[in-house]
Amino acid sequence: MLQFFVRRLIVALLVAATVMTLAFVLTRLSGDLAISIAGPNATQADVDAVRRAYGLDRPLLVQFFDWVGRALTGDLGQSYFFKTPVSALIAERMPVTLTLGLTGLVIALAVSLPLGILAAVRENTAIDRLVQVVALLGQAMPSFWLGLLLMIVFGLQLGWLPISGTGSWDNYVMPGVVLAFSAIPALTRLTRAGMIQSMASDYIRTARAKGLSRASILLKHALRNAAIPVVAITAVQLGFMLGGSIVIEQVFALHGVGFLAWESIGKNDFPVVQAVVLVLAVIYVALTMLADLMNAVLDPRLRAS
Amino acid sequence: MTALLEIEQLQVSFGSTAAVRGASLSVARGETHCLVGESGCGKSVTALSVMNLLAPNARRSAKRLAFEGQDLLGLSDSGMANLRGNAMAMIFQEPMTSLNPAYTVGSQMTEVLRRHKRASQRAATDRAADLLARVGITAPGLRLGQFPHQLSGGLRQRVMIAMALMCEPRLLIADEPTTALDVTVQAQILRLLSRLQRDLGLGMLLITHDLGIVARVAHRVSVMYAGEVVESAPTAELFANPRHPYTQGLLRCVPVPGRIKRDEPLGSIPGTVPRIAPGFAGCAFRERCAFADESCSSAIPRHRPSAAHDFLCRLPA
Repeated sequence: MLQFFVRRLIVALLVAATVMTLAFVLTRLSGDLAISIAGPNATQADVDAVRRAYGLDRPLLVQFFDWVGRALTGDLGQSYFFKTPVSALIAERMPVTLTLGLTGLVIALAVSLPLGILAAVRENTAIDRLVQVVALLGQAMPSFWLGLLLMIVFGLQLGWLPISGTGSWDNYVMPGVVLAFSAIPALTRLTRAGMIQSMASDYIRTARAKGLSRASILLKHALRNAAIPVVAITAVQLGFMLGGSIVIEQVFALHGVGFLAWESIGKNDFPVVQAVVLVLAVIYVALTMLADLMNAVLDPRLRAS
Repeated sequence: MTALLEIEQLQVSFGSTAAVRGASLSVARGETHCLVGESGCGKSVTALSVMNLLAPNARRSAKRLAFEGQDLLGLSDSGMANLRGNAMAMIFQEPMTSLNPAYTVGSQMTEVLRRHKRASQRAATDRAADLLARVGITAPGLRLGQFPHQLSGGLRQRVMIAMALMCEPRLLIADEPTTALDVTVQAQILRLLSRLQRDLGLGMLLITHDLGIVARVAHRVSVMYAGEVVESAPTAELFANPRHPYTQGLLRCVPVPGRIKRDEPLGSIPGTVPRIAPGFAGCAFRERCAFADESCSSAIPRHRPSAAHDFLCRLPA
C-alpha cells in the first residue's frame, strides 16, 4: 500500500513538472512578452526597459529555473497588473472557485448517482432511454449557453436568483448547476454501466440467494462495486470543473481563480497566468491521487497489490 | 409426510427457447438427491426456479412447486426472500466470483443471520466462526476478517457452504459445487457436503454431471435430458438397472475399474442435445437413440418398474 502510494506520488510529481514546463513555454509562445506588456504605443526604448525590468532579457533557461526555484518555495512572483504577490492573489480568489467546484460536484453526484442507478435497474425500458437522452442533452449543451439561459429564466424573468456577484450562497446555485451539467452525463453513464455490470455478477446472485432486501442488494452490494470507476472519474470531473470555471466565472461574474486567469490573459499578466495553470494542475494531480486512494479504500484487491 | 421439495411439471422458457419442459422431481427430508445430465439440459435452471433466482426474461410455470408443503409459485417476492438463505440455501459453481470482493468474509456471513434471525453482530460473528471451523477452515477468526481475494477457490467454496448454513436451512441446493475446483479439493468439498448433509439432516439437491459424485453421495438420482427428467430412481437401483437409453448411455461413458477392460474404448453417446423448437412432441432423445422408431415422435408414457423408479420411454417396463 505504501509502495503503491509512493509510486503514485512520483508520477504526480512528474506530471507537475511537465505542467510547469508547458505553462512556461506556452506563455512564451504567445509572442514577445515585453512588447505586449509595454503596449501598442511603446517605443523600442520602452520595450527594452520592460524587458530588463522583468528579467526577460535573460536566457530562457535561466528564466525558467528562476521561476521554478521560486515556485518551489511558494513564491509565484509579482503580478504586473495588480502589483501584488501572485500567491496572495490566488489565495484570495481560490475560495470562490473551490466553493463553485464543490457545489457543482455535489449537485452532479446528487443527480447522476440516482439517475444512473434508476437507469440500470430499469435497463432497456423507457425510463432508461429517457435518462440517457437527458445525459446526452447535458453533454451537447455548451455551458456558457446554458448559463445565459438560466440567467434569463431564473434571474431576469422569475427573479429567484442573482445573476452575478459573489456575495452569498445563492450566487453559487446557477453556476453550480451549469458546472454540474458538464459532469452529469459521464457520471450518470458510468454509474449506469457499473450498476448493470454489478447487478449481473455472481455475487449479486449470491446476495439474492441469501434473501437480502432489494435496498441492501442495490446499495450495499452492487453500488459499492459500481462506485469504484465512478470515484475515479468524479475526481477527474472535479478537475475539469475547476478548469471549466474559467468560462462559468466569467459568465456569472464570480471573482474566482478562473475569473483572475481570464483577466490576466487579457492584460498579458503572464506570471498570474502561469501560476493559475500551475495551481490548477497541482490540484488536478492531487485529486487524481485522492481518487486512487479512495479506490484503494473501496476495492480491497487494490490494497494488496 | 410431504416431501421437502416438490417439483411437478416445471416449465421454464427464455423467449421462444424452452429450457425446462415439464420436469418433475421431489426431494425428501434428509435426502441427497442428485440431478444429473449434460450441459444445457436444464439442471441449473431447475434449481434457480426453485429459488426464484431466474433472469428477469425467464418465464416459469408448474403444476406444483412447493417447499415443505408451501406453494412457492404464488408466494410474493418478499415471502420468497424470507425463505431464501433461511429455510433454503444455495451454493454455486463459481466460488471465485460468488462472494462480493468488496466485503470481508465475516461481513458477508453475518449479514444473512442478521437479516433472517435478527441476531446481534456478536452472536452472528460467533456463529460464523463456528461454522467456518465446522467446514474445516483453520483459524476462523483470521478468515472472518479477510477479503475473498485472499482465499483460494476451495476456501471460498467452504465459505459459501458455511454461509449457506448460517440460518440452519432444511434444503441446500448445490449447483455443481465442485466443478470449478482442483480434483483433490473436489473430493474434500464433496466429503464435507456429504458429512454435513448427514450430520445436519439436510435435504440436498446436488446438481452435477459427474456420475462418480452421484455414486458416492446420492440417495436418489434424477437424470435430465433436454429439459425433462427422463429417469429417476434410488442410486443403487439406477446404477444396477438403468432403463432409459440415455441413462444407459451415460453409464457406459464412465470407466468403472474392474468392469471395463484395458484398451477397450469407453462408450459415448453420438450426436448433441437437439434444439427444442416450440411445439416439439415426443422423445427429445430419439435422434441419438439406438432403439428409436416412429412411435418415438408421439407422446411418451412414463413407466414405473417399481414404486421408487420411473422413466420416460416408449420401451416397455
